[in-house]
Amino acid sequence: MNPAGSIVLFTTASGAGYGLLFWLGLLRPLGLVPGQGLVALALALLLITIGLLSSTLHLGNPRRAWRAISQWRSSWLSREGVAAILTYIPALLLGLALWVDAPVLALAAGLLAAAGAVATVYCTGMIYASLKPIRQWHHPLVVPGYLALSAFSGAVLLAMLAAFAGGGAVPALLACLTGAGALLLKRAYWQAIDTAPPLATIESATTLGFIGKTRPLEPPHTEQNYLLREMGFCIARKHAAKLRLIAQGAGFALPVLLALLALLLGGLPAALALSLGAVLALGGLLIERWLMFAEATHTVMLYYRG
Amino acid sequence: MTCLPQPMPGAKKLGLVIDLDTCVGCQACATNCKEWNASGQSGPLPDLHPYSAGAEGVWFNRVHSYEAGEGAAGRTVHFPRSCLHCETPACVTVCPTGASYKRAEDGIVLVDHAICIGCGLCAWACPYGAREMDEDAGVMKKCTLCVDRIYNETIPEAQRQPACVLACPTKARHFGDLGDPESPVSQLVRERGGQALMPELGYQPVNSYLPPRNRSSLAAQPEAAAPEAIGNPLLRWMDRVLSR
Repeated sequence: MNPAGSIVLFTTASGAGYGLLFWLGLLRPLGLVPGQGLVALALALLLITIGLLSSTLHLGNPRRAWRAISQWRSSWLSREGVAAILTYIPALLLGLALWVDAPVLALAAGLLAAAGAVATVYCTGMIYASLKPIRQWHHPLVVPGYLALSAFSGAVLLAMLAAFAGGGAVPALLACLTGAGALLLKRAYWQAIDTAPPLATIESATTLGFIGKTRPLEPPHTEQNYLLREMGFCIARKHAAKLRLIAQGAGFALPVLLALLALLLGGLPAALALSLGAVLALGGLLIERWLMFAEATHTVMLYYRG
Repeated sequence: MTCLPQPMPGAKKLGLVIDLDTCVGCQACATNCKEWNASGQSGPLPDLHPYSAGAEGVWFNRVHSYEAGEGAAGRTVHFPRSCLHCETPACVTVCPTGASYKRAEDGIVLVDHAICIGCGLCAWACPYGAREMDEDAGVMKKCTLCVDRIYNETIPEAQRQPACVLACPTKARHFGDLGDPESPVSQLVRERGGQALMPELGYQPVNSYLPPRNRSSLAAQPEAAAPEAIGNPLLRWMDRVLSR
């Protein structure tokens, strides 16, 4: 599948934003995050909004984007839109509560915002997991992957902000735990998609299997088309292997180590280590999100390539 | 509404039956489809760089050619691929706007170009590659089963058929109601053992493909080791003269 830049940016930025909102909504009312928390909330909403706006760039008719919230009864994309918009309400209420220092409202709005963040990321994951023709997406580990990556990137960002605000070991500890969990999940996912059998074959796609092994002879068109551009994107196996290593190292392993280091150091060095960790994590996740598309294969290519 | 209509017993299921035995891969169906749909309900159908390198465009019907089997038992099969108007089309249910819909009255899957936002999710959800984006208008387009022909009372009744069916010179394409077990197309599917494409994905395509007939008896026979005795006296004399 063609890794559209706007979608890769959307899932990375909004994923991190919702992760940050989730942890802030849970931890700030409990007093586990130092400082007022407004900077973290602003960063979360900024990332979410940049991601959502970026995703509309992918549309053929961005001015009609508002129509996308109407079919929530059948469409995960529509549900994602609804959840994303609804989540703004408790998120802004949380901001108000933190601003005027209203602990009860902060607790209620924080919990609702955290729930909204989970729901939105769950819907994002389901958009991909519900697509049967793409076996790398139609997989039980795809939704947990989206949730874990979001929780991890959000925890790293919150840990960085908490360190600048002077402490807060809980977010850094969460970054370590979610990072290690996300890495294990991602490795299990890669292992699973590498060994899974194809969904269909050229024989079942053409009904010609009863004659014998089938192969494409003459293509229906000699030039490109939308299907080949969108669904025919291929990545060389050796590049995929290298990019997976880079994503694992930069996206997960190094940020987790830096978060551990920050737990030991404290103070400004911790803040700097976590800043580097956040940059590495988001960069690594961009690569991982890109791979998520580049490694996915669509059944329509059976007709073109066998 | 992108929820699927409740399946009613005896409901119409309009679709195509494509005979892989007689299709000669002439591309007439694809060409006539493009011609009709470039000016009908789906028009204009874009062509990018039509007069230079990299020419491409939106087509609702693509004719592939395959080789199946080996040696004398092998076949070359021409294979037109278009929307199958599935009974459970995920392209419809994933649509966030309600632009994609399946008609309750005849099962045709359509896109309302006035509200499509061009997100492309329906094209991802279709295992058969039936949908192509009109990148000029920013909306998704697909086979309409020539909905603007088959109910069109301003054209002669005999022509109220999809453009691809009318164009086929070998009558390899048949149009009709596959929901009616007694319709000519349903009988054809029964007699010839019509097949669904990728049935394992569970989309329940309405269109059906008739398998190529078994031609193994017509396949080239291996050359006889010894020439048979020639019965005709004239040929026997010629054989003797030419063998000198």
